[in-house]
Amino acid sequence: MPSPRTLLDKIWDNHLICSPTGENPLIYIDRHLVHEVTSAQAFEGLRLAGRRVRRPEATFATPDHNVPTTDRRLPIADPISKQQIDTLRNNCKEFDIRLFDLDDADQGIVHVIGPELGITQPGMTIVCGDSHTATHGALGALAFGIGTSEVEHVLATQALRQSKPKALEVRVQGSLPNGVTAKDLVLYIIGQLTTEGGSGYVIEYTGECIRSLGMEQRMTVCNMSIEAGARAGMIAPDAVTFDYLRGRDFVPRDFEKAVQEWQKLPSDEGATYDRVEVFESADIVPQVTWGTNPAQVVGVDAAVPNVGAMSDPSERSSGVKALEYMGLSSGTQITDIPLDRVFIGSCTNSRIEDLRAAAAVVRGYHVSRDIHAMVVPGSGRVKRQAEHEGLDKLFVAAGFEWREAGCSMCLAMNPDTLSAGQRCASTSNRNFEGRQGQGGRTHLVSPAMAAAAAVEGHFVDVRKWQYQ
Amino acid sequence: MQSFTKHSGVVAAMDRSNVDTDQIIPKQFLKRIERTGFGQFLFNDWRFLSDGTPDPSFELNRPEAEGATILLARRNFGCGSSREHAPWALADYGFRCVIAPTFADIFYSNCFSNSILPIRLLEEDVEQLFELAKAATASNTGKYELNIDLNECTLFDDDSFQRSFEVEPFRRRCLLEGLDNISLSLKHTDEISAWEKAHGLPSVVSG
Repeated sequence: MPSPRTLLDKIWDNHLICSPTGENPLIYIDRHLVHEVTSAQAFEGLRLAGRRVRRPEATFATPDHNVPTTDRRLPIADPISKQQIDTLRNNCKEFDIRLFDLDDADQGIVHVIGPELGITQPGMTIVCGDSHTATHGALGALAFGIGTSEVEHVLATQALRQSKPKALEVRVQGSLPNGVTAKDLVLYIIGQLTTEGGSGYVIEYTGECIRSLGMEQRMTVCNMSIEAGARAGMIAPDAVTFDYLRGRDFVPRDFEKAVQEWQKLPSDEGATYDRVEVFESADIVPQVTWGTNPAQVVGVDAAVPNVGAMSDPSERSSGVKALEYMGLSSGTQITDIPLDRVFIGSCTNSRIEDLRAAAAVVRGYHVSRDIHAMVVPGSGRVKRQAEHEGLDKLFVAAGFEWREAGCSMCLAMNPDTLSAGQRCASTSNRNFEGRQGQGGRTHLVSPAMAAAAAVEGHFVDVRKWQYQ
Repeated sequence: MQSFTKHSGVVAAMDRSNVDTDQIIPKQFLKRIERTGFGQFLFNDWRFLSDGTPDPSFELNRPEAEGATILLARRNFGCGSSREHAPWALADYGFRCVIAPTFADIFYSNCFSNSILPIRLLEEDVEQLFELAKAATASNTGKYELNIDLNECTLFDDDSFQRSFEVEPFRRRCLLEGLDNISLSLKHTDEISAWEKAHGLPSVVSG
């Protein structure tokens, strides 16, 4: 009898090309996603060495980090941004790579369009020069971020040098209480694991709570695995996964046959993980980050913690620095924190279900007069679907800006930025210092929490929201 | 790739944990399409005041950190984004080694691609190094220097501090010999092709 294997074991074994003596194993990479910010130097490296892209048809590119989210017919104002996007276009042309360009109806955030187009599939190995590549693990793939040198390596060889990571099972029992979302779940998990608790591991999320999540919610969970230090997060494929993928552009022609193969992927009964952490979903309330890393998080019904009383000296000094940067004091109720900006978007929370959740809160209300709020759909498809449902009109009537698809103010490489001192409720994934603009202050929340905060001008507990 | 065998240099002590790659190289500098020239932007938002002059209180701007090539920091150094611009900026500024109790996974890998040696030490050893650096700053010598021997995997100062450290053997060999990882992997092209053949590739469905 072969010994029981985890989902990670199975994908790893399937993709192991060789383990030469004295070298790290080479694993095969099924899909390589490319964007404008981390690829130019890799293509240049290929050119200098006279190398080609081994499998252009397994490589997909889109500009997302740097792109303007305003009118796409206008020229890009920032000449350096324009050069980076032009460089991606030229590289894709030279190396024969499929590009979803700015004027393509399917352009969008790389981690939104991968699953949406069916490029991401169960059992695959997927890499991209971006740490939020973990998102694709929601479909039962092993997906992780790599550096630009590794991007060049994958372009040239379709393989990667990798030591096998350890497996961490994060089991979530029960089902999420009303008003608590996948974003709250993953922020809570990060708060419990800490920002480095997952280092060296691939997280497999399991349990009744995870199984009950829809596909897009699963993506939100896997997306933020890196914020707990784990390079990848994954969820075993099931009927939710197969129903999501059926009929999408790049899925196998004989879909049902593929499903039969994918059904073999979930971890075998009795398979052992290197570590197991168990959480109860009943313990989780809507989450709000108060500090400058995603593990500095509390429930919306709590206060900013007393950082001076933290026992770990490193946590304490981080906490003190964070509060100073954030302009907050220990003991302030989260719901008393006033806001200047609200951002709904990013590879964490810019899919149609996220926008529906935000729209449901906003319906019948208007953005507080002190707040500048914007919604940035994750892709051209998400935008069209939202417009088809009339969500754009609802947001605009409520005082939100409705933008074109891109990463936007998640990392503020384009003109969408916070000014120094501005405080933002954001559905993105990082609250690092300066992440959304130098001196800007970011609080990470779910789309529903962000929408409610936009209406009230400060954080509110969305569990008590009067929906209209 | 530049090889790394032995190195001696001045230590810059950065008493912070969770230093993320957004701090190491803020995103406003990620639009360049070259690998070089990022050193001038290293830790930009911490290093410079709003008028563009160096902040004298920032660790790298202090006299004892002048000419530093070894960076000492706390837990989870390099967390966040996968941007290789972070090690590019560190290398371009002159750093050859970063010492911390723990590193974020992607940053750790990216260092090896750029001839930077990341050294993991026990938390108490890192604490001792911070104290030694602090003591040197207070004394006449001002600067604290460390020596690294990657052949022996040892780290030592000119006095009594000495520790050994661990590096994955393959990564160590790549650094010692300055190996080009892609060339090395291309030697396995036959195995890559065999894998593809066994898995019925290439056969990507086009949309």
